[in-house]
Amino acid sequence: MDINTPFFKARASEALQDANLQQALGNLKQGFPHKRAIAVERMPEFEALRDQGRDLKNHILEHLDLYLEQFESKVTENGGQVHWARTGDDANRIILDICQQVNAKTVTKGKSMVSEETGLNDYLEKNGIQPVETDLGEYILQLRGDHPSHIIAPAIHLNLEDVSEAFHAHHNKPKSDDPVTLMQEARDALREKFVVADVGITGANFCVAETGSTIIVTNEGNGDLTQTLPKTHIVITSIEKVVPTLEDMTLFLRLLARSATGQEFTVYNTLSSGPRREGDQDGPENFHVVLVDNGRSEMVGSQFQDMLRCIRCSACMNHCPVYGAVGGHSYGWVYPGPMGSVLTPKMIGIEKGAALPNASTFCGKCESVCPVRIPLPKLMRHWREDEFSKHLTPKAARYGLGSWAFLAKRPALYRQFTKASSWGLKLLANSPFGGKKGKLESLPLASGWTDFRDMPAPQGETFMQQWKKRQNAEQTDGDAS
Amino acid sequence: MSQQHTPQRPSPNVGLFITCLADMFRPSIGFATVKLLEQTGCRVSVPEQQTCCGQPAYNTGDRRTSAEIARMTIDAFAGYEYLVAPSGSCVGMIKYYPELFDAEDPYQQLAQSLADRSYEITSFLFDVIGIEALQAQLQQLTIPRTVTYHDSCSGLRQLGIKQQPRELLKQINGLQIEEMTEAETCCGFGGTFCVKYPEISNRMVSNKSEFINDSGADTLVGGDLGCLLNMAGKLQRLGKDTPDALVEARHVVELLADMLDTPGIGEQDVRRLKATTPTTDFALGTEITGSAAQPRK
Amino acid sequence: MSRAEIFANIRRGLGREVPSDTQRQTVQNRLRAQADNIIPARAQLPRPQQVELFRAMATEAAAELIDLDSLEQLPAACDNWLTTQGLNEFICASDPQLAGLDWSDIQAAKAERVAQVGDMAALTTSFAGIAETGTLMLYSRADSPTTLNFLPDNHLVVLHESDILGVYEEAWKKLRNHCQTSDGLLQMPRTVNMITGPSRSADIEQTLLMGAHGPKRLVIFIVKN
Repeated sequence: MDINTPFFKARASEALQDANLQQALGNLKQGFPHKRAIAVERMPEFEALRDQGRDLKNHILEHLDLYLEQFESKVTENGGQVHWARTGDDANRIILDICQQVNAKTVTKGKSMVSEETGLNDYLEKNGIQPVETDLGEYILQLRGDHPSHIIAPAIHLNLEDVSEAFHAHHNKPKSDDPVTLMQEARDALREKFVVADVGITGANFCVAETGSTIIVTNEGNGDLTQTLPKTHIVITSIEKVVPTLEDMTLFLRLLARSATGQEFTVYNTLSSGPRREGDQDGPENFHVVLVDNGRSEMVGSQFQDMLRCIRCSACMNHCPVYGAVGGHSYGWVYPGPMGSVLTPKMIGIEKGAALPNASTFCGKCESVCPVRIPLPKLMRHWREDEFSKHLTPKAARYGLGSWAFLAKRPALYRQFTKASSWGLKLLANSPFGGKKGKLESLPLASGWTDFRDMPAPQGETFMQQWKKRQNAEQTDGDAS
Repeated sequence: MSQQHTPQRPSPNVGLFITCLADMFRPSIGFATVKLLEQTGCRVSVPEQQTCCGQPAYNTGDRRTSAEIARMTIDAFAGYEYLVAPSGSCVGMIKYYPELFDAEDPYQQLAQSLADRSYEITSFLFDVIGIEALQAQLQQLTIPRTVTYHDSCSGLRQLGIKQQPRELLKQINGLQIEEMTEAETCCGFGGTFCVKYPEISNRMVSNKSEFINDSGADTLVGGDLGCLLNMAGKLQRLGKDTPDALVEARHVVELLADMLDTPGIGEQDVRRLKATTPTTDFALGTEITGSAAQPRK
Repeated sequence: MSRAEIFANIRRGLGREVPSDTQRQTVQNRLRAQADNIIPARAQLPRPQQVELFRAMATEAAAELIDLDSLEQLPAACDNWLTTQGLNEFICASDPQLAGLDWSDIQAAKAERVAQVGDMAALTTSFAGIAETGTLMLYSRADSPTTLNFLPDNHLVVLHESDILGVYEEAWKKLRNHCQTSDGLLQMPRTVNMITGPSRSADIEQTLLMGAHGPKRLVIFIVKN
């Protein structure tokens, strides 16, 4: 996938002008956070579950190598095969290789953000294999040559008309603007694909070390058809998804749906543990798990380790006022919102990804809803520190900060500066130029502020000046008495 | 302005951290804070060696400068039982000071000590001093206003400030609190964020302004001047053609200390607010909503 | 190659070249203990209330419930439901529970096979019902093919009241008892399906629509003890 993250600001600007997108984002804001709040309300143990989820993830990360070894050996025992991919390219090559071994022409795909990360679809297509996305949202996007703008609601940026047009162009059916009809069209079209596919590729929400199982958490049922009908099932997932036992997986399942869609439980929670067993009448004959690293192993033991707790629920972006303003495509790569602002610089480099951790007010809403309590603002700040220490911070900001710091470290000088500034701003506000309104409507060097809002003028003398006067007066009073 | 101390009981020795914004833009917040502290029997000093909490450096990723400023602030407040500031954001920053020093650095412990002694003003009054100390004074006040309270992010999520200012405000006669929609959503100020990403910030503060205007309140109250400057500036820009209908923005201490003789934030004159109690036809702000920058869903 | 690098990176990050014996033991202990984490109080109820909770939660998830006094009533009830929907055929598996019933009086055609595109209804049994969220648990085996649960438009499921459990953890315990290797360890079935209501999607303009790719309707026949 193309990296457009360096153009975050310009993309955000466009997104803010896009009325359809703004309407969709408005719906999102009314939807997921509201439903999550109700689900949390109904689960009095929710905060305790979050604590336990955080602690369990920390335990897993401290023993990650051991749980991965266990998972690998159980998958093998179950008759499946585990493949290790250091990079996204490695993962793509492994998957292409498996597909070629079974002479695959078509593969169906369940929703997988890791496959977006590796750019799997483009890769397969270039190598003569047709991937078909089967999640309704992903299917719509694929028809449009588009990419997800949200990790669980991929087509959130599109409206009914967009879907209607895309289906009309591809389904050879009269144009419809009825959502039910459109969904039925997709259902019919994809049923044909499910049965002819040679390989089914899904992601995994968790990998259970105890049993060598992968699990997908879905609502549509496309993932189940994707992995049950073809002869070969490939799971593409990442190394941090391993959990010890079924009971441990259960803890995260209780957190995941509630944090994501606000559902009590998603419709389908499906465990896959190897290929078809003796006597089975359906199910895949081959089972592969591709475990993708793509920078994650380097996060272990680093200041970004906490990010590996992420269970991809999307609560952070659903509640983020910045995501809510600009949408997912502004972020310019696979993962948007606060979790994307931490992950993206790791995966594409801080040189290209610096805009994202900077695009936060550190309001802390994301951390307050994260099911595994990832300190997202702190991790974004770590990226800013990395950027600063590598001298990547934009010059203007750096110089501005430098001059400010010079003063802030010298109280006496600082007093002179604040005194002069207050006086200057006050004077400006009181001048005909300022409109004598107690505020400034434009201000050189602060157009970022005054383009959109007025700048309240200082009251006059600084507090420190006035306080000193008060102290002196009290001193005089004291002397007089 | 000077208050009588009550020498009979031990008075907490409080150092006021004025905050750079209140110092420059709105000293009256500082004096209102001092007044409240003195009313509850605190001895208040303003250490000379303070400037800014260091948050701009910290949030830009400049840990070295942050640590230097932290050291200076730690030294400046060394002799005080408490540091109190009229800002959740700055106190939140001081709570981060311990992270800026290695474990072996003596300043690590000093930073922890200062962090533990630092309070935002309403939290100090409510959680440390106790509402009883102020109740009588507050109950003598009559402020016929309908206020809506914006929960600033650091105060709310880092320091747990939510009910403290509201409980204090509720003591005042005639004052009514009308909660706005999404009182806990960020206003888009975010320190340098509002100049780094002005358009995104603008969208956030536009949403906020709409919620404020829709609340029916005549006064916007908050505990952080940064957020208040942002919101007041936006409310005034949006409502420039209907100045009489503007929601007035004030720091919470101005109401609690009954210091409403200065103009509201970004205003030239002291306004006589109409309306004492909200009525069904109380239409303040509706015109502003009509001209708000972006349509609502 | 990749594998070695990944493990080396993880171990470097964790500040050790090889895991210590204690660390290995910790992991083995956790895997063996299969200990419960926090279990919500919601479903820790006396049995009759667990059944009621299952009903409420399954209904909330848009499953349709039909009560049967005994399994013998299933053929007629199933037939009746199909008829009211205008359906005249269904498929099921060679499930011994179903095979033992008298299907001779039904109108609809019954076929025992895996599902194909175009099938309108499937009838299956279930392994457990989980009250916590109104969830059914099914698992794949020779007489329980997975396609029955996903391909047909309507999924009809038999659930014995006595198989209704409080929470997921109880279902895992039951599964561990049912699916064992000769030395008493869990032999995971190829697939375990937890199903909570019929298929749905909100991918078109965030409007929730039922029946995306899986069954459009989920009917649960609850059989009294």
